[in-house]
Amino acid sequence: MNQTESSPVIADEENPGSVTDADTPWVVLVWNDPINLMSYVVHVLQKLFGYSSDKATLLMLDVHHKGRAVVSNGNREKAELDVFKLHEFGLWATMQKDV
Amino acid sequence: MEVKISDDERRLLGELIDQLRELLLSTSPEGQLDPSLRRLYPAAYVDDVRQEQEYQRSTRDQLLERRLAHLDIVEATINDVELNPDSVTAWITTVNDLRLVLGTQLDVSEDDEPRILDPEDPQEQHRAIYHYLSHLLGEFVEAGGD
Repeated sequence: MNQTESSPVIADEENPGSVTDADTPWVVLVWNDPINLMSYVVHVLQKLFGYSSDKATLLMLDVHHKGRAVVSNGNREKAELDVFKLHEFGLWATMQKDV
Repeated sequence: MEVKISDDERRLLGELIDQLRELLLSTSPEGQLDPSLRRLYPAAYVDDVRQEQEYQRSTRDQLLERRLAHLDIVEATINDVELNPDSVTAWITTVNDLRLVLGTQLDVSEDDEPRILDPEDPQEQHRAIYHYLSHLLGEFVEAGGD
């Protein structure tokens, strides 16, 4: 009983200035799919994120061979905007916490 | 950018755009998606149902509006040879949307190889259109895209 009551205090002491949602890092992933052309994926990554042709091509090859690649990261708001932009261009993108 | 395609190709693209617009508008924002449209509205959050519902609720309309706006631009420039950068973006995304819908309907897989056409197969025409759109998109991307 005593332990239960005091545990939140202990937790607070262990996490000074508790982490808020805005600080949690997220990653944006693009997944391999059988429809989108490889050249189109490179084109979209360059256009949306300003990546060089080399960087965009390496990311695309990662998607193609490993099934997915991290194409951007940031806080949740930024990651969700990036996912939305990728969805506008028809890429199969998701986001998850960077753990 | 100069688009040198035939009148037949322009006519075909015009028909495909009409069909895509009809399909896009057939789904209400909250309603069940036509299965062939599912690639146009992918999930953002794969491990959080509540956040995913919120994402779909807040973005479905925006994605629909952008797509319809791009369709309008392509329709307005369907017979143009010279396209400005905004129009090129609209053409590229629209051609890719058509490929996503057709490819989903045809259940295209990575291993699909070009093969001899089977005139008895009712999907053959769709398959031919899909490959034509892939070719056209490749040309657009190669030409610089923007």
